[in-house]
Amino acid sequence: MKLLRLAPEKTNFPFMRFRRVSYPFSAFMSIVSVLLFIFIGMNFGIDFAGGTLIELRARTGQADVAQLRALGEHLNLGEIEVQSFGNSSDVTVRFGLQPGGDAAQNAAAEKVKSAVSKDFEVRRVEVVGPRVSGELVQSGTLGVVVAIIAVLAYLWFRFEWQFAVAAVTATMHDLLLTVGFFSATQLEFNTTSIAAILTIVGVSLNETVVVLDRIREVMRKYKKSTIAEIIDMSVNAVLPRTIMTSTTTLLALLALVLFGGNVIRSFSLSMMFGIFVATYSSVFICSPLLIYLGVRDAGVDTGSEAEHKPAKAPA
Amino acid sequence: MLRFAPWKVASVILVSVLALLVIVPSFWSESTFKSISKSASWLPMRQIVLGLDLQGGAHVVLEVDTPDVVRTMVANLRDDVRRVLREEKVAISGGIGMQPRGVQVRVPGADDRAKVMPKLRRLTPTTGNTLLGQVGGQGLEVTESPDGLIQIGITEAGVTDKVRRAVDQSIEVLRRRVDALGTTEPNIQRQGVDRVLVQVPGLQDTAKLKEILGTTAKLEFRFVAEPGANPSEVETLPNKDGDAEAGTIQIEKRVMVQGEDLTDAQPGFDQRTSEPIVNFRFNIRGGQRFGEATAQNVGRLFAIVLDGKVISAPRILSPITGGSGQISGRFTVEQANNLSILLRAGALPAKMTIIEERTVGPGLGQDSIDAGKRAAYVGAFLVIGYMLITYGVFGIFANIALAIHIAFIFAGLILLGATLTLPGIAGIVLTLGLAVDSNVLIYERIREEHHLGRSIISSLDSGFNRAFATILDSQVTMFVAAAILYFLGSGPVRGFAVSLGLGILTTIVTAVTMTRMMISLWYRYARPTRLPI
Repeated sequence: MKLLRLAPEKTNFPFMRFRRVSYPFSAFMSIVSVLLFIFIGMNFGIDFAGGTLIELRARTGQADVAQLRALGEHLNLGEIEVQSFGNSSDVTVRFGLQPGGDAAQNAAAEKVKSAVSKDFEVRRVEVVGPRVSGELVQSGTLGVVVAIIAVLAYLWFRFEWQFAVAAVTATMHDLLLTVGFFSATQLEFNTTSIAAILTIVGVSLNETVVVLDRIREVMRKYKKSTIAEIIDMSVNAVLPRTIMTSTTTLLALLALVLFGGNVIRSFSLSMMFGIFVATYSSVFICSPLLIYLGVRDAGVDTGSEAEHKPAKAPA
Repeated sequence: MLRFAPWKVASVILVSVLALLVIVPSFWSESTFKSISKSASWLPMRQIVLGLDLQGGAHVVLEVDTPDVVRTMVANLRDDVRRVLREEKVAISGGIGMQPRGVQVRVPGADDRAKVMPKLRRLTPTTGNTLLGQVGGQGLEVTESPDGLIQIGITEAGVTDKVRRAVDQSIEVLRRRVDALGTTEPNIQRQGVDRVLVQVPGLQDTAKLKEILGTTAKLEFRFVAEPGANPSEVETLPNKDGDAEAGTIQIEKRVMVQGEDLTDAQPGFDQRTSEPIVNFRFNIRGGQRFGEATAQNVGRLFAIVLDGKVISAPRILSPITGGSGQISGRFTVEQANNLSILLRAGALPAKMTIIEERTVGPGLGQDSIDAGKRAAYVGAFLVIGYMLITYGVFGIFANIALAIHIAFIFAGLILLGATLTLPGIAGIVLTLGLAVDSNVLIYERIREEHHLGRSIISSLDSGFNRAFATILDSQVTMFVAAAILYFLGSGPVRGFAVSLGLGILTTIVTAVTMTRMMISLWYRYARPTRLPI
């Protein structure tokens, strides 16, 4: 049987030379992401902004979006955001925090529910008060920061510090671009998005570690080569694996995006974007960084890592 | 490479079979599960627990109103201090001053101060609920300055302790209330210091649930103040007439009988007006007190006060000595029903506010399960097919390992009693893609070694050995992310973290050990002359 190979059998791309393109490109994209975040901002869901989300399904025919929009004025709730998706009988209604604390949020949700219950089936209600949303923001941010620090520490312990710094820089780059992605697409950012972000952190580091692992190995084998040559050699060596794994992961995520339903669509889409960026950054951002960080002098020649050396004879 | 101890092979197979056995019951319908577990009760069988977002139901978080607790503590402290001063007949200058977190009083005489100080130090803050076990001396800070000012402050620890105990008691009260709704297996637990999480699977009518949960239900029988009463013993309360607020009414502060003296409350109808009412019965103490008070005050108005609102103020026509009575307050049938549930379950020890609510209807839950299943099947089909056309016979091994890997995740979820949520399903689908990473790392490494001119057996061997370090490093970093998600996330996100974390742990067993075993067996029997990848 002829087997499928997406990557050519033996590649020899001069990846390190791409850094003259990839660095300005990534810098540009990062700046765009920051600008998008500042000037457009993310579409924070009620988990973080507080407020009420109600998912409705019309009992007969199509959902009357205009009627639902008018509800905001009738019930004096401020602006009501009505979004229809899937088939046209499904809608979500979202409105912000009501003045008057937690009790007011509940009262508002009940008002809307009783107003629409004649024409709609209430499928989901989420009410998040101001205090809870503040705490979710805190724990979400804390989670991402703690994850990065913990991984930095682990990589420092397993590799040299330059590797850890390079890996974390690449991960920050991925996070920044993902934030830009959320701002540009206006996908709802909620607690499952935090899960997506942390998974992207995990995948990004996973990708990076695989490349770094190989760089370390090749570095010990070819002591005479320049660092750029070593990195090129390593990246080319792991290229088939990188392509293979990101393809399987993207295939699985594609299934989630297409068939996983509305509730987790934003989760699946952002994850897809994140994994794409993570693959890119592990090759084009993280590895070239080692050249600038001067990894040669600090780590390899000291021989302190001898116990990690593969025991087998070089081929 | 070729040597694979038979006990290892046996134990890998055994563990896989066990995992498959653990997940089998989850595929049965609920009725099948029930009938089988009844006839074979010796089997430790469990079905996977679905999160509320999949089975539908209500998730409500309540928070004790700490400022309200503090206010009550300060008010009670003031009463206690006043009692002590009266008992010791100590003269004070000015009144007892209330502060946000305590009281202060000026006792000019040094002898007087020496007399009351030990007694004041023994005071404990209470919320006026005599059911509370009291912790002596804790939670108060008494300071005395030379100019005669005595300050009694409630410490942070005192407040926290009180809030903590209020949450403990409220859990019991809330459980009785939710049970009265007749739902199955509500989950009620403490969250942090001052919160209670209530999860009711399958519940639809959240309006009723929220009303039942969010009401303090503090019932008091007091007298309506007569004109010319001492203003310091009277307070103005809103008069609730049906649902509308109808002005205010002057009520004596003194409480005749409290809700805790009720033994039973049932909804009913007034025989004359056929209006919905609540019939109640006092315990012996309550009955006696109520009988005495009504006997001495025939002709006066008394007030039934619920959570600081007067729900009715009838006139005492004759002494009520039978130990039972009725509350009428222009209720609807539903209101009478709810009020009797609340009175039976008892009052919450403090005011509680609903700060978060998430309800999923059963229709959406089922849709989410279907969507999750569909995504999982399609994802599995794509990944398995792709591995097959890329790696041929080795792809088959990877796919078998993948299938067992998924079985391990489900078995792990079932054994841990973790709930499967929609993000959890997403985590498993994502794992489909990530789990083969270990296999890919190994296979690509084997290919590489083979291209460098090694023999098949030596390529296989060094491929596994060299890929292992990489697999370990990359999986640890993923696991760190999953662990942090677990500790900081909540609800559905936790479900995602659990399935992701389990997936990472089992991938090392399935992708490394199991694949290695399959390939070594294959090599021994097929004796290949060329590497099939």
